[in-house]
Amino acid sequence: MPAVRAEKLYKVFGRRSDDAVDLLAQGKDTKEVRRLGVTPAVIDASFDVEEGEIFVVMGLSGSGKSTLIRMLNGLLEPTSGQVYIGDTELSGLPAKKLRALRQQRISMVFQHFALLPHRTVLENAAYGLEVRQVPKAERVEQARESLALVGLAGWENHLPTQLSGGMRQRVGLARALAAGTDVLLMDEAFSALDPLIRREMQDQLLELQASLGKTIVFITHDLNEAMRLGDRIAMMRDGRIVQIGTSEEILQDPANDYVAQFVQDVDRTRVLTASAVMEKPIAMVGARSGPRQALRTMRENQVGAAFVVDRDRRLVGAVRDSVVADAVRRGQESLTGLMDPADVVKIDPDTVVADLFAPSAECPVPLAVVNPDDRLVGVIPRVTLLAALGNGPVDLTHGGGPEGGAQGDGPSTDGGPPDDGVPDPDLPDSDTKDATEVAS
Amino acid sequence: MTVLASLSVPRVPVGEVFAGIVDWLTTNVGSVFDAFGGLVGATVSALATFLATPIIIVLALVFGLLGFFLRGWKIAVAATVIAGGLGYLAAIAGVPPAVVLALTFGVIGFALRGWKFGLFAVVAFGLIDSMGQWKPAMESLALVLVASAITVVLAVPIGIAAGRSDAVSRAVKPVLDFMQTMPAFVYLIPAISLFSVGVVPGVVATVVFSMAPGVRLTELGIRQVDREVVEAGEAFGAPPMKILGRIQIPLALPTIMAGVNQIIMLALSMVVIAGMVGAGGLGSSVYTAISTVDVAGGFEAGLAVVVLAVYLDRLTASLTNRSAVVRAAAASDR
Repeated sequence: MPAVRAEKLYKVFGRRSDDAVDLLAQGKDTKEVRRLGVTPAVIDASFDVEEGEIFVVMGLSGSGKSTLIRMLNGLLEPTSGQVYIGDTELSGLPAKKLRALRQQRISMVFQHFALLPHRTVLENAAYGLEVRQVPKAERVEQARESLALVGLAGWENHLPTQLSGGMRQRVGLARALAAGTDVLLMDEAFSALDPLIRREMQDQLLELQASLGKTIVFITHDLNEAMRLGDRIAMMRDGRIVQIGTSEEILQDPANDYVAQFVQDVDRTRVLTASAVMEKPIAMVGARSGPRQALRTMRENQVGAAFVVDRDRRLVGAVRDSVVADAVRRGQESLTGLMDPADVVKIDPDTVVADLFAPSAECPVPLAVVNPDDRLVGVIPRVTLLAALGNGPVDLTHGGGPEGGAQGDGPSTDGGPPDDGVPDPDLPDSDTKDATEVAS
Repeated sequence: MTVLASLSVPRVPVGEVFAGIVDWLTTNVGSVFDAFGGLVGATVSALATFLATPIIIVLALVFGLLGFFLRGWKIAVAATVIAGGLGYLAAIAGVPPAVVLALTFGVIGFALRGWKFGLFAVVAFGLIDSMGQWKPAMESLALVLVASAITVVLAVPIGIAAGRSDAVSRAVKPVLDFMQTMPAFVYLIPAISLFSVGVVPGVVATVVFSMAPGVRLTELGIRQVDREVVEAGEAFGAPPMKILGRIQIPLALPTIMAGVNQIIMLALSMVVIAGMVGAGGLGSSVYTAISTVDVAGGFEAGLAVVVLAVYLDRLTASLTNRSAVVRAAAASDR
């Protein structure tokens, strides 16, 4: 069950809001509906937020994202549609139950921190618990804990006015964490901070999230922030959600021109991960096959190096054509001793592209993308890396690189006529499918 | 032309209707007004008597409260004992009550604002006594304090309601405009017919006159509270009364206190007018001085009003500065 669920949410401000919703639901244009003297803020928003996910709602000012988030905890009543927190439906909930729900299930972090200026940091952090009437000793303890969690231990007795912006927002975060709710709403939480501090807070949030696993709905107008934080992103424009997807999906496959225009300036190398740009490994040889076979595989694919994998497709090493050709000439029977450990750079599929340039420059062989269990799922030659820099979506539909045969960057021998293309006996077909799935 | 010239707006009996309402109130619910008037009159005269000839124990308790407010209960006990002891000694030694009270005002001023203000209070109140205006000044002070207390009790809740609800705000606004712009003398007339001549019509007219700024500033204060902070209270599930009591009122307090200050100042400005309906005090002194063209007496009575005004104004200002929000704001400058 999703932790937060929005179903056909509408929020229209103005007297004739119900008529406006009807018209909008019939597919009438927003401009036309405005003639009724109403302001549609959120139009037909539906989404699920899974437990433990950071769901970012991204949009420029006036796109309705703040209205949307306020409907999720009932600060605003939707004009039409439903909100579910777990299995509880929000609309029609009596005020008392709604308050209890906010106390126990959802807390919120605000753009301008919204701290009580006349109370100490500790009292502010304990606010949610105070409202819930938790005994004093207990709430002080919990507030202290969450302050320590955000790195504010020792500041308990200061007043918010004595703190910097970043520290104040940490108090806001500690207040939300101390409340102990599963769901956290963050309304432009870092937008009022300096860029450097904002970056720091983003890192801290990700770090905290890794251990706490809260369900977070994060509102922002900063696309880079959205891409950094969001497991999934909902792009909003003029009250409508125009696309929901992972940052990579939005970058690679924008739903419309608006999104495409929006993402064109994003630093793709910080968003795209190795798994998005990698190619299907084609030049692979089994660990038990001999140099002759390895040479043939390389020639077949017109590459200068090949990865050596075992039966389960775990990466063993890489061999270069010159070394293998020598071994063939010497009549060596196995690949043992031919692999240079320096040739293999293992990359996690989630590594962002920006972090691939340095290793790629140093390694003559394509980078090997491996799963945590060491299975080879893809390779990244330099050419592919460069292609990923371009603004056009990286083509993932076929496994080959932009130009066939460019997989190897190592020194190449003359490519003789390809032998008959018998698949490597050590490689069952199913594995190749796996790789394709991971890559797409 | 002649036809138009002969046209005139027919007489609408506005005044007669109002007089009728007041008459009806006098005859039908007169006992209610009598009871209210009796209570207010008794309170003012009791306070005036106390300010003219203070009871030592009560005075000691006042110091105790002050000490509690400033430093907690230990200082409160000490202050009560010391003030009681000193008061007792003063009574034995035959120190005049005016001197005792002038010193009291001085100590209160010192405790809340510092030694300069304390010294000013002693000198200024001593001057009132030396001008022979002590008794009327204390009568006026009693009237001002009681009227202000009634006004605050009425104005602050109305202001809070108006601050939280646009409908209340819209309903209250024209009434306040009316009360503030209607010449203050006019209130005295129905007040006399409802409560007869004396202190009470003075208090009532003062309350009506000084209500508007109290309500307005309270409303402003509540509305000025950062929307996001109130929202934070709601988002964490606080019930409306807790949001009011722990967020809105504390954050609005400086502005509400400015309203209280205005109430007191307006009440003081009504003192002279109240003197015309037999409320006594400095108003009577001024009124007598006018009718006898007594420049000296008029000036002295007027000066006493100024002293009371300055003292009360600075005192309420220092109370404002002690509110948690103002102290928190000051803390950031450190």
